[in-house]
Amino acid sequence: MATIHIDNRPYPVKEGENLLQQCLSLGFNLPYFCWHPALGSVGACRQCAIKQFKNEEDKHGKIVMACMTPATDGARISIEDPEAREFRASIIEWLMINHPHDCPVCDEGGECHLQDMTVMTGHTYRRYRGRKRTFHNQNLGPLVNHEMNRCIQCYRCTRFYRDYAGGRDFDALVLRNEVYFGRHQDGTLESEFSGNLVEVCPTGVFTDKSLKQHYTRKWDFQTAPSVCVHCGLGCNTIPGERYGTLRRIHNRFNGAVNGYFLCDRGRYGYDFVNSERRIRRPALRNNRSEPLQPISKGEAVQFLAELLANGTRIIGIGSPRASIEANFALRTLVGPERFYAGVSEQDGRLLASMLDILGQGPARSPSLHEVELADAVLVLGEDVTNTAPLLALALRQSIRRQPQKMAEKMHIPHWNDHAVRAAVQQEQGPLFIAAIADTKLDDVATEMFRGVPDDLARLGFAVAHAIDPRAPPVSDLPDTMRTLADTIAKALKAAGRPLVVSGMGCANVAVIEAAASVAWALCNTGHAAELCFAVPECNSLGAAMIGGAHLELAFETVLGTAAYTGIAADTVIILENDLYHRADAAAVDRFLAAARNVVVIDHISHATSARADVVLPAGTFAETDGTLVNNEGRAQRFFQVFVPQGDIQESWRWAQDLITAAGADKDDPWLNLDQVTAACAASIPGLQPILRAAPTANFRIGGQKVPRQPHRYSGRTAMLANIDVHEPEPPEDPDAPLSFSMEGYPNHPPPALNPRFWAPGWNSVQALNKFQDEVGGALTGGDPGVRLIEPLPAGKVGYFTNIPSAFERRAGEWLVVPLRHIFGTEELSALAPALAELAAKPYLALNPDDAAELGLATGDDSQLQLQRNPGQKYRLPVRLEPGLQRGSAGLPVGLPVLAGIAVPAWGKVTGVGQETPS
Amino acid sequence: METPLTRSIAPEKAPPDLAQYEKAGGYAALRKALRMAPGDVTAAVKEANLRGRGGAGFPTAQKWSFVPMGDDAPHPKYFICNADEMEPGTFKDRLLLEGDPHQLIEGMIVSAYAVQADVGYIFLRWAYKLAAQRLEQAIAEAYHRGYLGRNIAGSSYSLELHLHVSAGRYMCGEETALLNALEGKRANPRAKPPYPQVSGLWGKPTVVNNVETLCCVPHIVNKGAAWFKNLSRSGDGGTKLYGVSGRVKKPGLWELPMGTPIREILEEHAGGMRNGYRFRGLLPGGASTDFMIADHLDVAMDFDSMQAAGSRLGTGTMIILDDRTCPVGMLHNLEHFFAQESCGWCTPCWSGLSWVEQILKGLEDGKGEASDLERLQSHARLLSPGHTFCALAPGAAEPLQSGLKYFRDDFDRHIREKRCPWRS
Repeated sequence: MATIHIDNRPYPVKEGENLLQQCLSLGFNLPYFCWHPALGSVGACRQCAIKQFKNEEDKHGKIVMACMTPATDGARISIEDPEAREFRASIIEWLMINHPHDCPVCDEGGECHLQDMTVMTGHTYRRYRGRKRTFHNQNLGPLVNHEMNRCIQCYRCTRFYRDYAGGRDFDALVLRNEVYFGRHQDGTLESEFSGNLVEVCPTGVFTDKSLKQHYTRKWDFQTAPSVCVHCGLGCNTIPGERYGTLRRIHNRFNGAVNGYFLCDRGRYGYDFVNSERRIRRPALRNNRSEPLQPISKGEAVQFLAELLANGTRIIGIGSPRASIEANFALRTLVGPERFYAGVSEQDGRLLASMLDILGQGPARSPSLHEVELADAVLVLGEDVTNTAPLLALALRQSIRRQPQKMAEKMHIPHWNDHAVRAAVQQEQGPLFIAAIADTKLDDVATEMFRGVPDDLARLGFAVAHAIDPRAPPVSDLPDTMRTLADTIAKALKAAGRPLVVSGMGCANVAVIEAAASVAWALCNTGHAAELCFAVPECNSLGAAMIGGAHLELAFETVLGTAAYTGIAADTVIILENDLYHRADAAAVDRFLAAARNVVVIDHISHATSARADVVLPAGTFAETDGTLVNNEGRAQRFFQVFVPQGDIQESWRWAQDLITAAGADKDDPWLNLDQVTAACAASIPGLQPILRAAPTANFRIGGQKVPRQPHRYSGRTAMLANIDVHEPEPPEDPDAPLSFSMEGYPNHPPPALNPRFWAPGWNSVQALNKFQDEVGGALTGGDPGVRLIEPLPAGKVGYFTNIPSAFERRAGEWLVVPLRHIFGTEELSALAPALAELAAKPYLALNPDDAAELGLATGDDSQLQLQRNPGQKYRLPVRLEPGLQRGSAGLPVGLPVLAGIAVPAWGKVTGVGQETPS
Repeated sequence: METPLTRSIAPEKAPPDLAQYEKAGGYAALRKALRMAPGDVTAAVKEANLRGRGGAGFPTAQKWSFVPMGDDAPHPKYFICNADEMEPGTFKDRLLLEGDPHQLIEGMIVSAYAVQADVGYIFLRWAYKLAAQRLEQAIAEAYHRGYLGRNIAGSSYSLELHLHVSAGRYMCGEETALLNALEGKRANPRAKPPYPQVSGLWGKPTVVNNVETLCCVPHIVNKGAAWFKNLSRSGDGGTKLYGVSGRVKKPGLWELPMGTPIREILEEHAGGMRNGYRFRGLLPGGASTDFMIADHLDVAMDFDSMQAAGSRLGTGTMIILDDRTCPVGMLHNLEHFFAQESCGWCTPCWSGLSWVEQILKGLEDGKGEASDLERLQSHARLLSPGHTFCALAPGAAEPLQSGLKYFRDDFDRHIREKRCPWRS
């Protein structure tokens, strides 16, 4: 700690950090544009000018940029100095010369950093008489709107897009007052993180194109703290609602998880909530040849209660995309022994393996922020850009850790961004990527390895053995793999914070065990390694912790083929789950046909709900509350954003209604979410800490709830006047300490309950500064979420020994391996129109040499038959993937027509019209 | 009067080739330097009080002294000659580049040796096509003769030298923007610190020196610091290439003792004003120096004297303003140049200069208002060193602020008469 004097008063600061960040952390309102806590300082906009004095005697001082000046002990600065104030006002005047006065029709209006800074500096009257410069706006695709005339040339966009996120199709072009920020020509932005431009841009150049479809000002949004449901990372979000539709997602800073950024799947996937395919009313059919008929909630509950009371043999199938509480409620309704996890046997094994490894082994699962701090990384088998996108963004930062030390040697402060980058140039820390096919992180990889899952696992085991000879050796290892394994081992051992990343992407337990072996070998030889697994869904780990037998066993139970369970069933309740995404279509068909009663509780209609006898409308993440466990093992609470219309309610409430209606012996029905959470925490081992994920519903500050509507929410008395001139009473919320109104505690709530970042004078997302003790650091009060899984000390667990043998090509057969896509693989986000436009189309990927042998070229139709089910033929256009190992074929699993296909699996590939080679 | 830098230069004639250059004593300094310790070369340059001829006048040896030396020093180190001569009115380096390329090359090798650089670049203005041709020829000769490449002249010192022809922007003359341009990036300047000597080209220790500066170095090594200091009429060592353009009888370029007074250059060498034109003022060292007027004609053209007189020596190539040229028009022309050449990085520069240019154009077009002069005054004040990211905008502010001071009446007339009085 050092002391500096700001306008003649002493303040404690962190020595060496830049003065802008320190002044903001101290609560001063010092305006800025180009500086960003995650992007560092570059000194371009000159907005944060202050006066610095040599000493107490120096009355003259000189103007310096706070962002470019390190805080040194005894420094004397002035923010209020008239010359500094005048200069800051001049900067705004210069910026406003060309800025259109279109705030009323600008999407940024009301949450515009440029507006805020203009007001803050006191620039009011226009003195410039000339013409404004104008630009051509580009079509940047369905996600980001471009309005270049508003640009103030702060360079944040290129610095995020290129320097931070590694994008290449966007740049600063031209010069002087005509710098153009865009692509070399119109076209969809290629980065998976393009949506962050919307929040990074301090004004309205880049705005949310999906929001444009149903535009609402920030002050008119009803918001709540939420958690993204489109992958397993659990990024914190702020969804915004107006008039019953969800209209956008903003980032909700969590220093331990997503920091300042979201991926495009997370930002734009929300629109499924407004989908035509939403289930909004209960429906029933008595005869499967007839369509489902809408019924009232009472009728539905009554019908099901009778079914349950009549001694129906019932089972429940949970879901990794439903909350802990929803899964637990269904489990309670049907009984633990009749509750099945909503994942396939294969996925269940992978999840169980990961849980065991994280809970029983010595390697700790890092938060996303800790991933950024890793200084040597092995990615084993996971295409993180497509399965856990923000993890890829974090890994892009991790490669900067080792070069950072070079810059430190030159006495360049870490925040002096361009100086650091100029000093380290192409230098980067070790990042090894072993994957099935080429990945979008390869551009920053130290070395890459391509292979089918078993070979990836073998590489991992070889690395483990190279680190710790006590780990079992891999037999018949080619020299090239051994050399690579030695290189990886050396780099990981030399690191201060080595990290191994893997996950379910390969659908292969050996890959997961190999990754664990590498991390454990490091731990066992005195290197504190971390182990990060990517999981596909928002509650994959949470649902796995609740347990339940796998889906195939549920099928067998109903089909009567499961001899050993002792359970018979003819009725199934399926929770928020399209089984056709989990298992082969034929198997699901047989199962649904065999079940006498199929009940689906979900918010989206799909192939499974289409075959149900009873459908109950559930709330999406935006209409319910609950707890999710992310890939780190961090339990996080998401809160209801708005009250849905009609009979939509929480899945757990449907379960509770059925329990009550069936007269099940239960003295104390759950009246709110907390009671479900508490019951779950009490009965499921390992879930006890979820109680601390967020304050309970009866939490109050000064007797008040936290308002979901901001203090400037407009039209409350008018917005429904066409229906009823009486202002409706705000709905009660028994489940959360948040209210559906403007009334409530007006100041900063605990971070887990914070529905928005907004502070006096700070209307934009930059208001976040006011919610952090140290700007850029954790939220005041601590980053939300509780870790459920901690490692066991080293040496308790033996190495895995089940090392697969090397892949051997088969004549006329292909090992079909899974490929993933950020847009399309995940079923909910694929329903958002903007993302549907970008979703991958089905294809079959072949190594170019294999394709040539088959006489197939890009775009040719191929036919795939899996050995397991030769009757099923898939006709797919060919795509060439040079990274694919020969003898394997890549299938983009999870895309609509390819959902539910379990791979790796052997199959035959032929050209359409060609005979199957004999 | 000795003219070491230009003694072998005969305009309209081919430059000396390697043999001719050697015959005239060339590369003797290199041989001598290679027998000296690198630090002794730097010491000689320091003793000679050589100051940078690019315009800023920073002591050359001091610049070199920040380069990390010794076994632990990072390598490769780079030595760069800034030959991106684009300062308006400035054509001094061109003479040296075209007229005696081996002098520059020898200066580069000796200087690079002083800081133990491994790779050299000559960053040349794109328009200097003849210079490019001659430099390439000379570099090839020097390689052939063993003055470049491995084990120069049988010593253990090695240096690779490359000619890089710039894509062409004024901004590239700023040494850190030059480094970015050389790396293939936007020619935006870099933050200082870190200085190029610590983190320069490709993040390695780098020195960037002007052509004329480097051309002085072999002579210092050859003849000694005392001789070099004695060439000068002031405290700054050596001779200086002084140029005059504008409506004088004999515009041109002369190598004269550092510190020659303005009047002497203007009247004795440039022959005074052309008949029918009267002197009104001058920009002493390119477009980014303050105007001087008749009161200043006896000021010695050296770094400190010019500073004391309220301007800068700059490149030492003066532009004369006569009484038949509109000072506002001249300023508009200059500020148009600066606004156009702004790299677009910092707000005061890209936005402020554009505004200045537009106000000046408005005055010229008869659309001026009284408040315009306040705007111009405030820009002259606000675009000062430290306020902006690099020296471009402060350079542009120098003629603006002094122009407002010395030619205020002309500005007022533009506003009062709603026209440019020089236009018919």
